Amino acid sequence: MLVPGKIQHIICPGNLCIKEVHDYLKTLCPDLHITRGEYDEEMRYPETKTLTIGQFKLGLCHGHQVIPWGDLDSLAMLQRQLDVDILVTGHTHQFTAYKHEGGVVINPGSATGAYSSITYDVNPSFVLMDIDGLRVVVYVYELIDGEVKVDKIDFKKTTTASH
Amino acid sequence: MISDVAEDEEKWLAAGIAGLQQNAFYMHRALDSNNLRDALKYSAQMLSELRTSKLSPHKYYELYMRAFDELRKLEMFFKEETRRGCSIIDLYELVQHAGNILPRLYLLCTVGSVYIKSKEAPAKDVLKDLVEMCRGIQHPLRGLFLRSYLSQVSRDKLPDIGSEYEGDADTVTDAVEFVLQNFTEMNKLWVRMQHQGPARDKEKREKERSELRDLVGKNLHVLSQIEGIDLDMYKDGVLPRVLEQVVNCKDELAQFYLMDCIIQVFPDEYHLQTLDVLLGACPLLEPSVDIKTVLSQLMERLSNYAASSTEVLPEFLQVEAFSKLSNAIGKVIEAQVDMPTVGVVTLYSSLLTFTLHVHPDRLDYADQVLGACVKKLSGKGKITDSKATKQIVALLTAPLEKYNDIVTALKLSNYPHVMEYLDNETNKVMSTVIIQSIMKNKTCISTSDKVEALFELVKGLVKDLDGTLHDEIDEDDFKEEQNSVSRLIQMLYNEDPEEMFKVICTVKKHILTGGPKRLPFTVPPLVFSCLKLVRQLQGQEENPFGNETSTTPKKIFQLLNQTIEALSIVPAPELSLQLYLQCAEAANDCDLEPVAYEFFTQAYILYEEEISDSKAQVTAIHLIVGTLQRMHVFGVENRDTLTHKATGYSAKLLKKPDQCRAVYACSHLFWVDDQENMKDGERVLLCLKRALRIANAAQQMTNATRGSTGSVTLFVEILNKYLYFFEKGNPQITISTIQGLIELITTEMQSDSTTPDPAADAFFASTLRYIQFQKQKGGAVGEKYEPIKV
Repeated sequence: MLVPGKIQHIICPGNLCIKEVHDYLKTLCPDLHITRGEYDEEMRYPETKTLTIGQFKLGLCHGHQVIPWGDLDSLAMLQRQLDVDILVTGHTHQFTAYKHEGGVVINPGSATGAYSSITYDVNPSFVLMDIDGLRVVVYVYELIDGEVKVDKIDFKKTTTASH
Repeated sequence: MISDVAEDEEKWLAAGIAGLQQNAFYMHRALDSNNLRDALKYSAQMLSELRTSKLSPHKYYELYMRAFDELRKLEMFFKEETRRGCSIIDLYELVQHAGNILPRLYLLCTVGSVYIKSKEAPAKDVLKDLVEMCRGIQHPLRGLFLRSYLSQVSRDKLPDIGSEYEGDADTVTDAVEFVLQNFTEMNKLWVRMQHQGPARDKEKREKERSELRDLVGKNLHVLSQIEGIDLDMYKDGVLPRVLEQVVNCKDELAQFYLMDCIIQVFPDEYHLQTLDVLLGACPLLEPSVDIKTVLSQLMERLSNYAASSTEVLPEFLQVEAFSKLSNAIGKVIEAQVDMPTVGVVTLYSSLLTFTLHVHPDRLDYADQVLGACVKKLSGKGKITDSKATKQIVALLTAPLEKYNDIVTALKLSNYPHVMEYLDNETNKVMSTVIIQSIMKNKTCISTSDKVEALFELVKGLVKDLDGTLHDEIDEDDFKEEQNSVSRLIQMLYNEDPEEMFKVICTVKKHILTGGPKRLPFTVPPLVFSCLKLVRQLQGQEENPFGNETSTTPKKIFQLLNQTIEALSIVPAPELSLQLYLQCAEAANDCDLEPVAYEFFTQAYILYEEEISDSKAQVTAIHLIVGTLQRMHVFGVENRDTLTHKATGYSAKLLKKPDQCRAVYACSHLFWVDDQENMKDGERVLLCLKRALRIANAAQQMTNATRGSTGSVTLFVEILNKYLYFFEKGNPQITISTIQGLIELITTEMQSDSTTPDPAADAFFASTLRYIQFQKQKGGAVGEKYEPIKV
């Protein structure tokens, strides 16, 4: 999977912290979208970002800007504001995937299992999204007690929610 | 001039070949007509071409090869002759009538070959005769090729054990004697070449000699193939004789080549068993001989031998290989006073590799080697020669790679002493190698004394060593270095909290010597290590019998405070603020109100005094408000003070939109879902109203400066917040409040003076859709939303 060329886009809410990690991700896939986390040394990452992949509009934001942290309703507001089907956010280091009337909010968690004041016992995790037409399948990979566990969630976009 | 000589040589060679071929032609005619006399006559003439002095070894070889081929045919003819009844003894005598000695001897060797085959005389007698007769040629080049010919034709006729030429009178001893004698004479001739000709051609001669070395070395190869030579014979008979010649010839080129030859052609078991003898010869060699390469080759072979099978390892112990090699190296270094540093280190590097292969469990041996190296280097100061430096790095890397575990390498007491000799740059390189080894092997370094030792080793990265010039460090390189130190800090872990705290204290001590440029890299990982430890202790029950000195979250917070303070002085206010807030939240989780308050105070002071960049202020406010919102440990007074300050900061941000957003974020400070007494609906509304006023002011400003009012986005955001708290059940947020704002936004959007903003439109639309959706949900929510008209 981590062979260059297999992944078409990388979406990263933030806190890569150092350029080396940015460069590494670039080797996996040149189409890299990042927003700024509070520990990123790169000041020029934007606070929010939107992009279109297939039939879906995606929004990206680290999440420390949305108070209360991790609050779904507040995140839903951001989603409405960015006008996106899928909002990808971080900061809590806890994988979550919510569906609400306006779309889906995905938090891929922390890829390294880094310490978080918000979450105890962080398990390293990341998410793969397979976008196909009006359907997106979310695969979440979590490292729990030394084993990789994979879970799958399906979302379908209803065409009535056209913007 | 030189090209003239080369041209001439070509001419002479061509002439020689022509002469040779012509005589060969006649010789063949004689052979075809069984004319022995003529055959001998023309073969002798043909061989006369080899009497030339005009050719370089390279060209002479070409001539020689052609002669060799012809002589094979002649030999077959001689064999035929003897079958036809010609006496081999007569033939042997007949060829000696050739006019010139060189052709005579070639012919004699050729006949001799047939003679031995015929078995009419013991092989040893013929061989002895031939090897002695060859003394007639003292000219080095011609003599070497002649004896080489002798060696080639006699090769398969030696009276070795199991050979057809073995007999009562003929034994392997005779075979050995023959080869040794030929070898000795050839070496003498070879060495003599060095002294021929004018001094200015010395280099040319050495080159030519080099081309001929395999002729001499071949003899040793032949010896190694003699099956009858067992260990005892090798030890008592062969090796001493060979070494005697090597030492006595006092020729640098010969000694180096032959020592290497001996090591390469004879079996490793023999070398082990004759280690004393072999090593004993080393100090006796000419001082200019590159003995370190010889010894390194030997040690490398023995290392590989050790690696080939574990069964051979006891042999090494039995012959005390390690101490013998150690001593030999010591002696050689002493004898060669002018040996450059690179030589000394290379020797110890090879010895260390040997030790690691042969005695992997003997850390004390490895340490001994390092210690001996340190001793020999003492007094030399930091090494500046780059080749020597490379070797020292190789020396230091070998144990890391072998043990795959820095912890074992840390046990080598002389390891840091060796590192002392590296110049600052290389010290850093080596430190990086060490850290990379830890990362690669995921080594967990778990006690404070190991951490202490480790940080001593990598001190080149941790702090400025004496004499480092700060300006010279490339910024990217520096970042890389420091990032690897950061990673290292993350690898230090012990599940016992007491030991872990000791580890943390050790790390803190070291990184605080790093100076302002390093702290922003090293402090964060240490802080997070501390916070992880705090969390671990939280999980454990409070031990009422715990003694005064045991680790508590409080102690850790004290350390954190000191450490972050050091960071803030750099100055690094934004980073320090973030870390203070992390600590505040951790203190909150430990129910330590004063500690949490102190951390907030420090953060606020930094905000007020040090953070003036607008963007940085916005981020800082997000973190302050976000953290404060989650705090449950504060009593009313403390909370009020902090909240009041936070809202104050928010309202004073430079840009109006930033102000607006920060202020409505503060509304969440007055309403915390999981705390019943933290739901102050009024103050929430006050915040939102304030935000609204700011949004209005922003509109007016835009109107004043640009002639049209700006986007309604802020209003829509505030509307969303109204809905949020409405749903949570804040009684102060009424239907009319919401309705009023909806109408305001609608009006604004329809107004001519408003700049159209599709994003804001979409936002408003989706907000209205949300309201609709909630209405349609039915139940309590549906009822709540019902009155709102969209």
